[in-house]
Amino acid sequence: MRLTLELILPILLIVCALAVTFSKRLLVSVVIFTSFSLVMSVIWVLLESPDLAITEAAVGAGVSGLLLVYTLKKIHALKGTSDE
Amino acid sequence: MENLLINHYEVAAVILFGIGFLNLLLQNNLVKKVIGFGIMDNAVYLFLASQGYIEGRLAPILVGETARAADYINPIPAGLVLTGIVVSVSVTAFSLALIQRLYQKYKTVNFDEIVLLARQKGDE
Amino acid sequence: MNKMARIKKEKKTSWQRFCAWVNGDAQEKSLLPAEPPKFKKKKAEKSKKQKVQPAKKEWMGLSRFDHIYRVCAVLIGVVIVTVLMITVLKLPLFGSPSNPVVNEVVERYVEDGLKETGAVNMVAGMILDYRAFDTFGESSVLFLAVTCVTMLLMRDRNNIDKNEDLLTAREHIVEEHEEDIILTQIAKLVIPCVLVYGIYVVLNGHLSPGGGFSGGTIMGSALILFAVSFGMIRINKFFNYGTFRKITSSALMVYAASKAYSFFTGANHLESHIPLGTPGAILSSGLILILDICVGIVVACTMYGFYALFTKGEL
Repeated sequence: MRLTLELILPILLIVCALAVTFSKRLLVSVVIFTSFSLVMSVIWVLLESPDLAITEAAVGAGVSGLLLVYTLKKIHALKGTSDE
Repeated sequence: MENLLINHYEVAAVILFGIGFLNLLLQNNLVKKVIGFGIMDNAVYLFLASQGYIEGRLAPILVGETARAADYINPIPAGLVLTGIVVSVSVTAFSLALIQRLYQKYKTVNFDEIVLLARQKGDE
Repeated sequence: MNKMARIKKEKKTSWQRFCAWVNGDAQEKSLLPAEPPKFKKKKAEKSKKQKVQPAKKEWMGLSRFDHIYRVCAVLIGVVIVTVLMITVLKLPLFGSPSNPVVNEVVERYVEDGLKETGAVNMVAGMILDYRAFDTFGESSVLFLAVTCVTMLLMRDRNNIDKNEDLLTAREHIVEEHEEDIILTQIAKLVIPCVLVYGIYVVLNGHLSPGGGFSGGTIMGSALILFAVSFGMIRINKFFNYGTFRKITSSALMVYAASKAYSFFTGANHLESHIPLGTPGAILSSGLILILDICVGIVVACTMYGFYALFTKGEL
């Protein structure tokens, strides 16, 4: 169980990174990047560093995703909003 | 070759570093450049933290009166990475603020277009 | 990127389908038979063409450099990855206790750390006691970042855009008149829990995973949730630029003062005359608790400051 997780999660990280690279819409790449951070925090639980897991879940998946989305709003790259 | 399978976290970190680096160099969109930079950051942290891990030992939260070093993993990489995460979020916020100002000036976030527009403005 | 696109177009592989799936193109096309806003799209294309066409001519000068640049970038990336991969081949094996990383420093930290710092969580004990100066630099980096973002995004006479101002004014009106019932009710339930959890993580930083940074971020996200759901006008009643400045700088000053005190007593980590207390209790481990609280306050204010500057351009 643990071994499969240890093998699957890094592969998931690489898939997330490739998907960020090749996605055309900026919002999609931002969402995938936050999920990348989430996978990263799970990996840190596996690597026995819970401090990093909490920090990454709060900072990487929370605040930096928020900042990216608000930047997208400011540069009018969000589809479906009134000011596209 | 078996080394690569056992050191799979390090291998993943190296591949992620490459992806992030190429993102940083080849993407035209500035937001994607920032995201590539974030991927590079995370790759370095993954490498550091995987160096500190020791099989079968616990997280460095001490239990009991006397602690034995043979029971716990290495706390130093965790401390270094903790510092790094916070610095990386500051860098992200700063570069996103710069991108917003660039958009206000040039009305685009495409790097090549910004370079062209800046040249045109310089000629005039 | 153009080259990539051409290669992808030439052979329809699963990779292309994967890209389409990631972009959400495949599903949209199959679900929506016709595109309703056709005229709109044409207009957009036209304007795009007009925009790109004059740029194309100037591209001629850039294109050769661009081509060489792309090839060089890929080459450098491949070389770096290969060199690093060879290094990984020769690294000591993952997770073995005989790695050179596990040396006498770790032994010292783990075995004497509890006696010397009084912190049960060794990571917190390390970054806030043995390496507290490092953490002070880190807090200063955060403060510097929020200062730079303030300089860049604060709305003043050098940074005014009429369209943006119109948009913000409209959003203000919307904010005042339309209250999203689901959002506000859920926020009333969730915000106290998030805030209490953040305070718990900060205060328990020396006993359990967490500490100033993670707890501060959680508290900051509670503030952000408040601002999102109730509007900036409500939050400005108790948290505005003046309070932000006062709280952040006083927290940093307290941090600097306690660190200076440790220099005064010998500069040999945070050795102080404050009793360490019994390990495991909240009020233990000397200065670490104070430093954790300071860092938490700085980080919480910084995160909220980022949000406020990114949305409205004012604190």
